[in-house]
Amino acid sequence: MAESDAAPTIPKKCGPYISSVTSHGMNLVIRGIVLFFIGVLLALVLNLLQIQRNVTLFPPDVITSIFSSAWWVPPCCGTASAVIGLLYPCMDRHLGEPHKFKREWSSVMRCVAVFVGINHASAKVDFANNIQLSLTLAALSIGLWWTFDRSRSGFGLGIGIAFLATLVSQLLVYNGVYQYTSPDFLYVRSWLPCIFFAGGITVGNIGRQLAMYECKVIAEKSHQD
Amino acid sequence: MTLTEKLREKISRAFYNHGLLCASYPIPIILFTGLCILACCYPLLKLPLPGTGPVEYSTPVKDYSPPSSEPGHQQGDPSERPDWYLGAPVAYIQQILVKATVSPWHKNFLAVDVFRSPLSRVFQLVEEIRNHALRDSSGIRSLEEVCLQVTDLLPSLKKLRDLLPEHGCLLLSPGNFWQNDRERFNSDPDIIKTIHQHEPKTLQTSATLKDLLFGVPGKYSGVNLYNRKRVVSYTVTLALQRYDSRFLTSLRSRLKLLHPSPNCTLREEHVVHVHFKEEIGIAELIPLVTTYIILFAYIYFSTRKIDMVKSKWGLALAAVVTVLSSLLMSVGLCTLFGLTPTLNGGEIFPYLVVVIGLENVLVLTKSVVSTPVDLEVKLRIAQGLSSESWSIMKNMATELGIILIGYFTLVPAIQEFCLFAVVGLVSDFFLQMFFFTTVLSIDIRRMELADLNKRLPAEACMPSAKPVSRSQTYERQPAMRPATPHTITLQPSSFRNLRLPKRLRVIYFFARTRLAQRLIMAGTVIWIGILVYTDPAGLRTYLTSQVTEQSPLGEAGLPPMPVPGGVLPAGDAKLALSVFPSEPVQLSENQTQQQREQKEGLESRNGLEANQQPWAQGPESPSNGQPEPGTKAEVTWGGEDEEIWRKLSFRHWPSLFSYYNITLAKRYISILPAIPVTLYLNPREALEVRHPQEANRYHSFFPSSLGKLEAVDRPGEALPKLQGHRDVTLYKVAALGLASGILLVLLLFCLYRVFCPKNYGQNGLSHSRRKRGDLPCDDYGYSPPETEIVPLVLRGHLMDIECLASDRMLLVSCCLVGQIRVWDAQTGDCLTVIPKQGLRRDSSGIFDYQESWDQSPDPKNGLEDPFDNSHQLKRMLSPPQPPLFCDQPDLTSLIDTNFLEQATVVAPEPRHRTVCSRHKDTGYNFGRLVEKVYEEQSASNCMNFAGFPAPHGQAASCARTGSARALSCGTGEGGCSARRKSLGDEPLAGFEKSSPVSAWAGDLESSVWSLDLRGNLIVAGRSNGKLEVWDAIEGTLRCSDEEGQSGITALVFLNNRIVAARLNGSLDFFSLETHSSYNHLQFRGTPSRSSIPSSPMYSSNDLIMCQLTHTVPCAHQKPITALKAAAGRLVTGSQDHTLKVYRLEDSCCLFTLQGHSGAITAVYIDQTMGLASGGQDGAICLWDVLTGSRVSHMYAHRGDAPSLTLSPLFPAQDLGCGASLGVISDNLLVTGGQGCVSFWDIGYGDLLQTVYLGKSNESQPARQILVLENAAIVCNFGSELSLVYVPSVLEKLD
Repeated sequence: MAESDAAPTIPKKCGPYISSVTSHGMNLVIRGIVLFFIGVLLALVLNLLQIQRNVTLFPPDVITSIFSSAWWVPPCCGTASAVIGLLYPCMDRHLGEPHKFKREWSSVMRCVAVFVGINHASAKVDFANNIQLSLTLAALSIGLWWTFDRSRSGFGLGIGIAFLATLVSQLLVYNGVYQYTSPDFLYVRSWLPCIFFAGGITVGNIGRQLAMYECKVIAEKSHQD
Repeated sequence: MTLTEKLREKISRAFYNHGLLCASYPIPIILFTGLCILACCYPLLKLPLPGTGPVEYSTPVKDYSPPSSEPGHQQGDPSERPDWYLGAPVAYIQQILVKATVSPWHKNFLAVDVFRSPLSRVFQLVEEIRNHALRDSSGIRSLEEVCLQVTDLLPSLKKLRDLLPEHGCLLLSPGNFWQNDRERFNSDPDIIKTIHQHEPKTLQTSATLKDLLFGVPGKYSGVNLYNRKRVVSYTVTLALQRYDSRFLTSLRSRLKLLHPSPNCTLREEHVVHVHFKEEIGIAELIPLVTTYIILFAYIYFSTRKIDMVKSKWGLALAAVVTVLSSLLMSVGLCTLFGLTPTLNGGEIFPYLVVVIGLENVLVLTKSVVSTPVDLEVKLRIAQGLSSESWSIMKNMATELGIILIGYFTLVPAIQEFCLFAVVGLVSDFFLQMFFFTTVLSIDIRRMELADLNKRLPAEACMPSAKPVSRSQTYERQPAMRPATPHTITLQPSSFRNLRLPKRLRVIYFFARTRLAQRLIMAGTVIWIGILVYTDPAGLRTYLTSQVTEQSPLGEAGLPPMPVPGGVLPAGDAKLALSVFPSEPVQLSENQTQQQREQKEGLESRNGLEANQQPWAQGPESPSNGQPEPGTKAEVTWGGEDEEIWRKLSFRHWPSLFSYYNITLAKRYISILPAIPVTLYLNPREALEVRHPQEANRYHSFFPSSLGKLEAVDRPGEALPKLQGHRDVTLYKVAALGLASGILLVLLLFCLYRVFCPKNYGQNGLSHSRRKRGDLPCDDYGYSPPETEIVPLVLRGHLMDIECLASDRMLLVSCCLVGQIRVWDAQTGDCLTVIPKQGLRRDSSGIFDYQESWDQSPDPKNGLEDPFDNSHQLKRMLSPPQPPLFCDQPDLTSLIDTNFLEQATVVAPEPRHRTVCSRHKDTGYNFGRLVEKVYEEQSASNCMNFAGFPAPHGQAASCARTGSARALSCGTGEGGCSARRKSLGDEPLAGFEKSSPVSAWAGDLESSVWSLDLRGNLIVAGRSNGKLEVWDAIEGTLRCSDEEGQSGITALVFLNNRIVAARLNGSLDFFSLETHSSYNHLQFRGTPSRSSIPSSPMYSSNDLIMCQLTHTVPCAHQKPITALKAAAGRLVTGSQDHTLKVYRLEDSCCLFTLQGHSGAITAVYIDQTMGLASGGQDGAICLWDVLTGSRVSHMYAHRGDAPSLTLSPLFPAQDLGCGASLGVISDNLLVTGGQGCVSFWDIGYGDLLQTVYLGKSNESQPARQILVLENAAIVCNFGSELSLVYVPSVLEKLD
């Protein structure tokens, strides 16, 4: 859906050589697939964390299915991560300000680790109340953005993603697809936007790194040609 | 100067000094940091090891009451009470530990007798326990009331249904093996088999059934055939629901009364509560594993960036050690100051590592290695440190700030995390500054030493005066590479994926990563680990015993005190109850019947025992007194028997309860002190219970072992022997394992020999030891596959080779001194040497002659023609001559004479130009001198013409020598002044260097600047403007043209046309005409090769005339630098930035192509009229030859493009400042590097192969590459040529 929207928006900047054009498209697809699987993996792992704490409740007949979560959660997360991961570099390109800050795989790994850590904290650490939990997680998420991204566009996109995702999850819970054990923010948990924000930043980071890799290859290729 | 700047400077200075310090005293500083780490980690020893092992807590058995389930009101010291000690335990475990022995032991007893009769007593004992009842004021309480009632076994354990109790008390004893049926036991022919039938065949992960029923570890039970101590121990395990102290006390006292243990010193004071932690399930494990995977990825990606150091792995290890030990230090320090970690260490560890990070370490490394390499190591470290000091401090402050913010979240877990992180950050900074910096300095020093060693030979053979230190470093880092012209730079990522067949790629991947070896190694390590762990005598039992030692109750108050039986005083206080006689079989029947009266009958029984006591002592005292073979064993109770349950697997109780679907996770059980029971059985009883089959089975081998047993088995010595001799099977298994391991190794070795070629690694031995940095093309440490291609080295030239030309079969090379050699392109044989010194084909002799001449340089000699002639004549007659020329010895000798004469004159002269000028000055007109001779000879030639079949070559030779000399005087100055390839100095240097060469180099007076070859004719353009046509096979001059005065810079020989471009920009078109009409063109080679496009063979019979057909006087304003012809078109490229296209037939200029903004350096045109040109401006233009329009152009290079080739699909250019290149087939590109040739895939830009041309010539770049059509590549490096065949391409062409 959104992934297919994102695909043509990326300008075909490479030269007259057909090979590089096709490899550009190929690259896009590969990137999308990679991001999708990363999203699925993260969704599975983080869901396990949440389930241990009985934060989310899925209908009991679904809970016996694979990996004790609803089947539709990982694909959704995968698709979302593919969209976000492709959206970030695309936005960078449109804005004309390529992201240069800490563009290394080690930094990306660090970012992912911190993101998992935030999830871990939200699932396992005992907080006095929900306000405290939400505030802490918000601070951590902002810290994540500041440490690994520091771009205004990234921040804006992250906020947008968090808003949208929270909205979607509200709708889902409202329609009874699943529910939270102790909702404190309308139907969901109040820390959910923070997690979504951090996730958006993380996936965007991965996507940018992948895109940079692709750009490097294409630049090289055109250089050689 | 602002405050920050001041601060910055101060920090920088401090770091500088610190760097100096670290680099100056590396060893003391490393020792100091090591000590610091150890000191800070010392408090960690007190911490319990993380894991899921059970936790113990013990309370005195006196006035024990189950704790209340409310955490609030509890008696006792709350600080010591663990938080899990709430509520009643899952069960109380009461073990009755039975030790039984047959005493006295008779010599003719079987090994089974050791345990058969003791085991038989278990049924009676169980019956006693089961029927025990306590009567007091509140009524009768039986075991059924207090015991833990269990229900069904789990459905998956159907096969254990008969063995484990169901629907009743959980009471386990070895009797369960026989369903607590004495008759079954008696009729069981093989006890051992029955016991072991449910033992798992595979690795034991949890408690086995034998352990469960015996209640003691298998090693201690003594139920095996090699039990030398002859004491069997087992327990009757009772799980109780409620704690009824009175019932238990009565049971205890009753059992003690029935089966007294006289020398038992067990303390029975404590109830041990064992808390079992949650078992980690897969659901918990997955996030944990994920975080660790992310952590490892982070570490991997971080340490991968460490570059340009001597040992990448060493530094990466140091970085990881820095982080890990800083974490350990932080935990240790926190513990020291009284803060015990409550978080799960395994869970937060990855996050801590990530928060602390490896960034600073990498930044430090990068900064240090990017300092100037020629500085001292100390200074490099100091500079690197100080340049990064500010950013390091800033990062540190930021991280501390963030963590401090985290500290104010006031969530205890986060606060603790932050505390650890802060301390870890600080200690990490400390370690970075002291430990890592020092390691880095050591590494850099090592690298400098290594470079020093490596550089010495390189400098010796490198002519360039520029000191190229750290060449290895340069090759790894393109950014720092100086623009030496012979290195190849390629963007790094393009050789990521090898464009090889997938199969090969997989194999290379395996080979590169040593995957198979590593997997096998890891597997072996894991296997050994499992073996060691699960081995009955191995680590697991050791660990469990260690764990038990650690627990507060573990230490036994008393050391094990074996009391020998003989010492037992007869007047002991407990003597009356000490030994239970051998009557209990009958007694037990009584007891089972009269359970009710047991309480009352106790007294009478005591009396009975007292009566029987003398009887019991009867056999005892004689065994002490006389050395009778039947010895009496004594059951001893020692510290090792106390709480023998500790020796069980810690999964013993969880697995027992899990059989009944009762989980112990996060709950606890209370283990009551065991009740000791000692059983002595007399030999008669042992004989009674013996099964008839056993006598037969064990009879055969037992006496021998018995004899040994008797010899060693004195009661005092029995104890130390106990451990060693129990498990002979273990050693058997070990021996078997060793043997099978050796067999496996041998098998693998054989397989290796079969699959690998015999000479594996021998051919490329000299190459395989090359370091990575030596390879030209591996920025990423990937070494391309070493090739099987062995280049064929053509040696013979004394000077550097300048021109190179070939057609399909022949290869012509010309060195700086003008010596032309013709090689067979297939075999690499040297066919001809031009100019020849006589008719010898053997080149080695020539220079010997010259040396002999040079050693006596007599200028006068040159003038005395007759002397020379005669002298040379003599010489030339001596070698055997080919039959073809046998009739013209005098002519050739004349030629040689001229050479030598010239040589003698020129030899002392250092410079070419002075030679020429001197010729003018002195007025010696050699030309005239020789012309005279020439005229004579030509006359004779004419005379010979009719008679001799091949006079023309000789005539031409003569003419050539004469004219060469005549011309040289006139145009001598043209030659050396302007060399196209800036070789101007080199030949001169070469002249000075090697006198023999210069001796006749001067003879030619001009060097060959361009060379082309078609058929058997070599066209050579000389610096003096002379065009010569030589016969390649015979080495004779066929014709020459000396009309031009300007040096011929480029030459094209196509069909029978020769186009020569001269230094002054003019273009001469020649045509070769043969004068003999018959036998005009014959194709060389066998008919099978006739498919090759025509290569006209000018037979030596023909008279070849070289006619100047056209001259374009001023084709270009500046010297023509590039000339190519194909498809009837001729393209010239000049330094005046233009290209011109001519028609070959009529030399009509078709187009002038303008578009370059620099001198044209390379031109390529092929049969399809594709035209490409490369200029000094770095541009490459593609042109349409038909219309003269520019198709496209690109700026790809910063420097000039020295060579250019066009393949059908891609225009391939030089690579950066690359040396030379050629295209073999559609997609194979050859480039020359330092002493090697690399093959690239054009379509993908991948490095395919690198062929090393020689061993000693690493500094010699391959200057020129010529692709022959039979897929051989000729590389020109120094004075040697290399023929490299590409087998795969050969196959394709065939």
